[in-house]
Amino acid sequence: MIQFTDVYKRYPSRNEALSGLSFHLKEAEMAFLTGHSGAGKSTLLKLIALIERSTHGQVFVNGQNLSRLSKRKIPYYRRQIGLVFQDHNLLHDRTVFDNVALPLVIEGEDHREIGRRVRASLDKVGLLSKERSLPVALSGGEQQRVGIARAVVSRPPILLADEPTGNLDPDLSRDIMQLFEQFNQVGVTVFIATHDLELVKSMPYRQIAIANGRLTTQADL
Amino acid sequence: MKKPFSFNIRNYFLRHLQSMLFSLGRLWLQPFSSLMTIAVIGIALALPAGLFVLLQNVNTVSDQWDDASQISLFLKQDLSDKKIKRLNDDIVTWPQIGKTHYQTAEQSLTEFRELSGLGHLLDTLPDNPLPPVITLYPADENMPAEMIKDLLKKLEALPEVVQAQLDMEWLQRLRSINKLLARGITLLGLLLSLSVLLVIGNTIRLAILSRQSEIKVMKLVGATDRFIRRPFLYTGFWYGFIGGLFAWGLLLIAMSMLTAPISELASQYSSDYHLQWFTGLLLLYLPLIGLFLGILGAWLAVSRHLHAIEPT
Repeated sequence: MIQFTDVYKRYPSRNEALSGLSFHLKEAEMAFLTGHSGAGKSTLLKLIALIERSTHGQVFVNGQNLSRLSKRKIPYYRRQIGLVFQDHNLLHDRTVFDNVALPLVIEGEDHREIGRRVRASLDKVGLLSKERSLPVALSGGEQQRVGIARAVVSRPPILLADEPTGNLDPDLSRDIMQLFEQFNQVGVTVFIATHDLELVKSMPYRQIAIANGRLTTQADL
Repeated sequence: MKKPFSFNIRNYFLRHLQSMLFSLGRLWLQPFSSLMTIAVIGIALALPAGLFVLLQNVNTVSDQWDDASQISLFLKQDLSDKKIKRLNDDIVTWPQIGKTHYQTAEQSLTEFRELSGLGHLLDTLPDNPLPPVITLYPADENMPAEMIKDLLKKLEALPEVVQAQLDMEWLQRLRSINKLLARGITLLGLLLSLSVLLVIGNTIRLAILSRQSEIKVMKLVGATDRFIRRPFLYTGFWYGFIGGLFAWGLLLIAMSMLTAPISELASQYSSDYHLQWFTGLLLLYLPLIGLFLGILGAWLAVSRHLHAIEPT
């Protein structure tokens, strides 16, 4: 589903962020991306979401060669990926419902269908009762669950999360991870960047660890 | 999942309608700053439009006198009717002359009595003081001033003629001045349209910058440039359209303030002239011009600034 082949990423002002990275994430697999901050986790996720492009090497996602994807097609490509961020990236002047509905509105979905799917998604993360609230009225954990509801509402085949539990206490973190597990169980490929090794060790999923832009654990090629 | 074509069309218009109302709602949320922008646009549109209306009025007045270049030939009073007719027949064969009209001294007197309202004054005079007149219409209505001068000289050299006078010389001057003013107003209109464009462009630019994080999020969840652009274009649309209506309102007020004094002035010239409003047409044109400028200004701002905002 996600395949990196000898991928390099250099920024003009800095050293190599990623050097010679190769790994393969199978369809419907769930895996963690671990490493210290600055190890290149965010850069790696940005390459998958096409926020950045690799300097060298090939990235294949869902059968598409990302280096061949034109800028015009990026929006349509991104609709296949649900993104969850550490700082949620919610729109603060819109209700929970409108935030979660955003990907469907962008796709031009019918409004009845939008209502149905947004509520299903909010129900899944346990926030159906908060659909009329503004994000500021919610706790950090709740905001993160709104972010997850938004990421999965259009049923993307891939879910990427960048430090989704970064600001949460351990109990809340476990809840969030269980939520990701549930999506993985219905066939979604889940890839989570985190530095919370405790949490990672307690769960039976593959770990792709990087340091200084290189793999430190053997990955399937 | 493939959707039927009719569904897509319906959805397309629905999305535009949503976007349109959404943008209007945004303006409504900040009534004060929206109103300021609209007022600036309105004034900038009303100024050239108002001047244009006034110019149109002056043109309407001056068009009431056609044949600006008619020449009156005042003849010696003691000439016989026969001699004058011969002169008339001679002049009409000149290539510069289109047609002529002979008016006897008696006819001049009757006309003067009718038009001037000073008939009783004439009754006190022993003789008819008015000369016979031949009115000449040049063949070419827009004859250059030089040629007219030559023609006048030639006419005055005739022994029967006392004076050859170009009527309504002032009218020609007025028309030249009008042409100049029209040019000036067009130029002013263009400059002010440009300023409307810049005002809207700048307003949209600020709107884009203040929604930077929102635009990033939308791009991250797969919004196309077109989708992100749409509400900003509609914002420009509303600014221009409402600005145009505002301009129309301003003109309405200005015109209604001018109507009474102009009628008064006209009545002193024993004319029943009234200010022409062109209201219907302006109601149509001003908002149209406004919304065109609005969309264009927004488009310029959007195409310049939206690409720069990419998620990082």
